[in-house]
Amino acid sequence: MNRIAPLFARLRPRTRAFSRSLATIALAVTALPSLAQDATPTIGDSNLKSWAAIEEAAKGQTVYWNAWGGDNRTNEYLAWVADELEARHDIELVHVKLSDTGTAVSRVIAEKAAGNLDEGAIDLIWINGENFAAMKDNDLLFGPFAEALPNYALTRPQSNPEVRVDFTVPTGGFEAPWGKAQLTFYYDSARLETPPGDMAELLDWAEDNPGRFTYPLVPDFTGSTFLKQALIELTNDTAPLYKPVEKSDFAAVTAPLWDYLDALHPHLWRDGRHFPASGPEMKRLMGDGELSMAFTFIPSEPAAAVADFQLPPTTRSYVLDGGTLGNVHFVAIPFNASHKAGALVTANFLLSPQAQTHKQDPAVWGDRTVLDLDALDEEARAAFIDDRDNPAALPAEALSKTLPEPHPSWMERLEEAWLERYGSQ
Amino acid sequence: MVFFSPTIRALPWVAIALLSLPVAGGLAGVLAPALGWLPALGGHELTLEHWQTLAATPGLADMVRLSLTTGLASALISLAIVMLFIGAFAETRALALVRRLLSPLLAVPHAAAAIGIAFLLTPSGLASRLISPWPSGLDTPPDYLFPGDPWGLGLILGLVIKEVPFLLLMSLAALPQCQAQSRLRLARSLGYAPLTAFAKAVLPGLYPLIRLPVYAVIAFASANVEVAMILGPTTPPPLAVAVVRWINDPDLTMRFVASAAALLQLGVTLAALGLWWLGERLVARLTQAALTDGRRHSGDRLWAGAGGLTTLLAVALLGGSLVGLVLWSLAAWWPFPATLPSPLSLHAWRGAMPGLKEPLAQTAVIGLAATGLSLVLAIGALEAEHLRGRGMAAWAELVLYLPLVVPPVAFLFGLVQLQVQAGLAPGAMAVILAHSLFVLPYVFLSLSESYRRIDPRWAQVAAGLGHSPASRFMRVRLPLLTVPILTAAAVGFAVSVGQYLPTLLMSAGRLTTLTTEAVSLASGGDRRLAAVYALMQLLLPALAFALALTLPRLLMHRRSGVLNP
Repeated sequence: MNRIAPLFARLRPRTRAFSRSLATIALAVTALPSLAQDATPTIGDSNLKSWAAIEEAAKGQTVYWNAWGGDNRTNEYLAWVADELEARHDIELVHVKLSDTGTAVSRVIAEKAAGNLDEGAIDLIWINGENFAAMKDNDLLFGPFAEALPNYALTRPQSNPEVRVDFTVPTGGFEAPWGKAQLTFYYDSARLETPPGDMAELLDWAEDNPGRFTYPLVPDFTGSTFLKQALIELTNDTAPLYKPVEKSDFAAVTAPLWDYLDALHPHLWRDGRHFPASGPEMKRLMGDGELSMAFTFIPSEPAAAVADFQLPPTTRSYVLDGGTLGNVHFVAIPFNASHKAGALVTANFLLSPQAQTHKQDPAVWGDRTVLDLDALDEEARAAFIDDRDNPAALPAEALSKTLPEPHPSWMERLEEAWLERYGSQ
Repeated sequence: MVFFSPTIRALPWVAIALLSLPVAGGLAGVLAPALGWLPALGGHELTLEHWQTLAATPGLADMVRLSLTTGLASALISLAIVMLFIGAFAETRALALVRRLLSPLLAVPHAAAAIGIAFLLTPSGLASRLISPWPSGLDTPPDYLFPGDPWGLGLILGLVIKEVPFLLLMSLAALPQCQAQSRLRLARSLGYAPLTAFAKAVLPGLYPLIRLPVYAVIAFASANVEVAMILGPTTPPPLAVAVVRWINDPDLTMRFVASAAALLQLGVTLAALGLWWLGERLVARLTQAALTDGRRHSGDRLWAGAGGLTTLLAVALLGGSLVGLVLWSLAAWWPFPATLPSPLSLHAWRGAMPGLKEPLAQTAVIGLAATGLSLVLAIGALEAEHLRGRGMAAWAELVLYLPLVVPPVAFLFGLVQLQVQAGLAPGAMAVILAHSLFVLPYVFLSLSESYRRIDPRWAQVAAGLGHSPASRFMRVRLPLLTVPILTAAAVGFAVSVGQYLPTLLMSAGRLTTLTTEAVSLASGGDRRLAAVYALMQLLLPALAFALALTLPRLLMHRRSGVLNP
């Protein structure tokens, strides 16, 4: 044990506070452009600066992309991407369908533990802020690579800083932006005429209509997002939420949230004694008529679900009056990916105007683009404009009311505190 | 064929290695992180800190209690139903009918059955739609907490419904071995009522023969994840569900706690088995006097009625949940309280069709390979017994059942570590080996009784006619065993088809089987698509069972004596 220990001395100890403060330092370091340049990773003989060499190296590679496989429309979009990559770049893209991204993280950890440093089974991961922060903290990611992708410039990061920040954590180029999501509420207009516009109205409405609303079991991603949304609305001062949680008085900041939930829970579905496992399960409860309103992180989901017979035809979408949480989702490459060149070419293709237009098409997936339309030529820009009318879909202007995500440390603490209060009843 | 005997003698050792190494290695793979050792995540000193974190987890006591109670209660109830039913209906046509119904029911994967049952009984489910809006007066679903109730009753129900067919099949296979027929006839001729005769004359001989399957049921029920996720409570969930949740937690420090919890789960399962064992002793002592008190009746009618009714209920619930799945796969928009979907639509089937081909092929290939490997090893182990002329050592037989008793959540995640360390590339080979871990014990379980019961005189006669051991095996013993071997193969194939975590983990998700597709689609909440996949999941094993039933009749129409020995 003593012989091995020094080898891992550069790895961080497990205590959370320490790893968080180290993360802050790491962020400060990657924010320096000159250092980031020096850290340009290499793949075989070529480094990221010669894109042509990377495209050449990617030819014939098989890229294993680990991505959540619970949505048929997303799966079909990924199948389209695979066809395009085959035709354009001679890359075979395999969608590894996950029910939980944690499975992919587990494998990378196991590979690292076993000393597998360049033959990893995963080439690309669709990732969210929490998993990203954890993987980056533990040196499980390859990069920085994002800014070296030719299409990255189309996102105009100078004027759209959200493509460089994941849950307030700077990405440092260790993940490439892919799409945009925003917390979207939806309701059955046959059962509910005017939906509540903020958290206070929601409580009043729930008191009058017991058992018709719920949220997914924390720490499910969608459930935790509801906590953050409520906290932002209920707390007097949101400034502390955008700094690490240990810098503020957690109990004082979150007190209004717990008061609110204590008041709300008795009026929830199953009296707040049971919660749906996930956002999709909550959607199914809407389809079963057990709930009158629900919410999702994918703005196009309600309209798509109506078309798929999963939600009532009378479904309508909206965002709360004060706006709702929104974020960018990303793709990342594990540090030991076997086919890094192929993964880079894939990430670059995902950012191309063709791939982004197709993705934003409500008939395909409806996931919003991360490209800055001003960076595109006339023709490419026009392809993004959709003038079709869908009553179940969210009006485009609604998505401008986006609230930024709090620091990820808040999510962790909120989840812990929630489980302590309500996890065992 | 000079290699025949040495090869056969080596096979039990191969089987033991195949089963014990992964389980032991997998357990070691969680033991180290549980004690703080996982350098890849910066854990490089031994500590009990993670056990303390685990102990401080809110609701841990409830999680453990739920695992214990649901595990023991579901095993007890299933066993009671099966024993009452066999006791009441031994040697009747009802038993033969249920026996025929059983095989397809055994093929229903746990998760598919759980989805079906959840839909049947949930407040917006089929049962509640049948009585709404008339006579219940409801046009929105009622708000009661079942399944998912805090006592785990819904979970127990789901487990019982899946375990009854399994225990029934195992018991029916064991009946001839304990001379049930002659014991029963003797007791009946002495004036004992049917059920009393069964309880006093057959049960004491039958139970030891089905003890292992019962233990497997307890171990499965106390540690299962899929059924508990669908039918179990959530605040808090049973321990195994919490373990999986922690393993997948984005906060990587939770991996250490999850490892500690996985070992705790092993302890809980062992405790459940220990409690059951104590219960066995207690029951044996308490009923000793009753066995010989000479009473000919003991509420026979009532108990027989209960046995018949509960079995009927179990079969009806399972059947009803299958009907629900079929309806959902054909549903367009199907709101509460409509009893039937209208109009019917092939939308979900059409959407799923193009994606079905590959998983269907993968599932079949992996299932056939794992079943084939397991059959070779199981038959080898049993034939080696025959060659040696004595049974397998107790410890060796225990090893064969190891993967059924050690909870998968306790060793599967460690197994990934082992796989990477051994340099076994993620893919079909690794998946087939991992499936064999679970297929082999079931194949052995279904085959061993029949194998050991073959009259040794057949082989002796063949030897007298100058046949070598190899020839005796190929030309006499194997043909005699056609029916049980095919049944064991069908059981093994069904087990392989239902595997989710081993497939996902050992292939790094690269192989898509019907089950991996079904589970990832179920996470998306579209019940129509999930129903399509659940039905496809059921189709393959059902085909296997149908083949197991019909093939012998086609192949051996000139040796029909073998079919009904």
